[in-house]
Amino acid sequence: MKGSVIKYERDNIDTDVILPGPYLKIHDYAELATHAMEGLDKDFHKRVKPGDFIVAGKNFGCGSSREHAPIALSYSGIKAVLALSFARIFYRNAVDGAFLLPIEIDENAYRDISDSDSLEVDISKNEIQNLTKNKVYKIKPFPELIGKIIEAGGLFNYKP
Amino acid sequence: MNITEKILARASGKTSVSPDDVVFVNVDKVMVHDVSGPGVMAVFEKLRKTGMKIDKIWDPERVWVAEDHFVPAADKISAQNIVLLTNFTKQFGIKKHFKYGMGQYGICHTLSHEEAMVLPGEVYVGGDSHTNTTGALGAFAAGLGHTDVAYVLLNGKIWFKVPETLFFKLNGKLPDHVMAKDLILKIIGDIGTDGAAYKTMQFGGIGISEMSVESRLTLTNMTTEAGAKSGIVEPDQKLRDYFAERGVTKYDEVHGDADAQYEKIYEYEGSEMEPIVAKPFSPDNTVVARDLSSVELDKAYIGSCTGAKLEDLRAAAKILKGKTVKIRTEVLPAAMSIFRKAMEEGLLKIFMDAGAVVGPPTCGACCGAHMGVLAKDEICISTTNRNFPGRMGHVESQTYLASPLVAAASAVTGKITDPRDIK
Repeated sequence: MKGSVIKYERDNIDTDVILPGPYLKIHDYAELATHAMEGLDKDFHKRVKPGDFIVAGKNFGCGSSREHAPIALSYSGIKAVLALSFARIFYRNAVDGAFLLPIEIDENAYRDISDSDSLEVDISKNEIQNLTKNKVYKIKPFPELIGKIIEAGGLFNYKP
Repeated sequence: MNITEKILARASGKTSVSPDDVVFVNVDKVMVHDVSGPGVMAVFEKLRKTGMKIDKIWDPERVWVAEDHFVPAADKISAQNIVLLTNFTKQFGIKKHFKYGMGQYGICHTLSHEEAMVLPGEVYVGGDSHTNTTGALGAFAAGLGHTDVAYVLLNGKIWFKVPETLFFKLNGKLPDHVMAKDLILKIIGDIGTDGAAYKTMQFGGIGISEMSVESRLTLTNMTTEAGAKSGIVEPDQKLRDYFAERGVTKYDEVHGDADAQYEKIYEYEGSEMEPIVAKPFSPDNTVVARDLSSVELDKAYIGSCTGAKLEDLRAAAKILKGKTVKIRTEVLPAAMSIFRKAMEEGLLKIFMDAGAVVGPPTCGACCGAHMGVLAKDEICISTTNRNFPGRMGHVESQTYLASPLVAAASAVTGKITDPRDIK
């Protein structure tokens, strides 16, 4: 996966800013995408390109269980969120619904990666290459079950 | 094993489980509402496009449905979602559908205990993050997204990583001016919004034994705000009485072993607790209410699964009796059964005499969707559970989270007020 970075240097980016409450009634995935990140960044939908990565701090996706959040990001073109940590429901929604990859990065990578950097993420090697800065960061491997669900393409394709 | 481990072991057919084990558990009850229901239907549609045949679900008797987020219908789309939800329950033979305008209905988490939809020892999942609330009934209760709920509806099971448990021990009763809401805000302020991420928060100790079931539900409700997978309280006589009042006496209680393990034990002295308020824009941004006595308000909101149960309304009425509100004040009981009891006890008259609006059960304003959202720069004190940017309306509005006593006292003065400071 190759793409460029949209970085939000903050913790606790909650599902209310990723996809605000008034849009919960919408279940058209493409329409949801037009409201992605609206509570934090009004220009997100103009800026985001297919294959982009979001980089953020701790506890990304905290708050409500709305699957609208990973759906809106996914249908905006986001392939992975690289964060210091994730809130549990966002994490499992992203993986079980096969919307995007929630990838945990360390403090060093978080500090080093800048907005608009070009990255190549390789989960088979558990590493991220920063093509702009010519650096490599290790990522935490997925737990066994999560890795298998990702490989299967979501929970419904996974055979326990 | 502790209670959570024992419930998950039983539900996964194992003799024992430990934190970090990943298990597929058999689910006892599932809930969807008017947001997650249509979300699940969208997942079903996606699966049908891949060739999957979906003409029945695993067990319609174990599924129940609430209309709460967008009732009364906020607009044409939300009205249509209620129609979709009704078609869904008809199609799959789900009988327990609490419909707006047809007797008992209300916020899903409130119905879970008011209607005894979930019993001690059960595994309960719901398409809403505050599903944790129901853990106060001695059940394992956790929120899931649409794909996971769809999976449960078709397969009757779901994976969980067995959580570590943080034990919160309350020594002694809370003073009269302090509510469970103050305690949980204090705890979240101490451990942070990811302080219990992926874990269970269990509550116990003499202070919890002394506490009503409704108060315990306030604690477990807001475990979500500390990132917890679930919150739980062990069953006791108070809980048995609560179920007996609802005509339910048969269930299979689970209790932790004498040598149950907890990752960490936190102790709180009931007598030292004070009214606490969470400032914008995070539930862990807490201070004592008296430190905010200069904050001028535009609105007081007494509603939601967190702060509009019967005892919450009784607390607010105790303050508002014979007083007049100085700011826009809304009281929305969390379920029709509570609305009715509040009417019979004369609470609604107290609210109306004080000048407040009394409205129907809905999640609307709590999640900033409809039924009284905040304008730019407006400041609200609220008995709800979240105060993220834009949570209750405009992204530049502000919400302070507080107990029903503090919210009512603040409604009287127009500023954030400790209930002890109301004459």
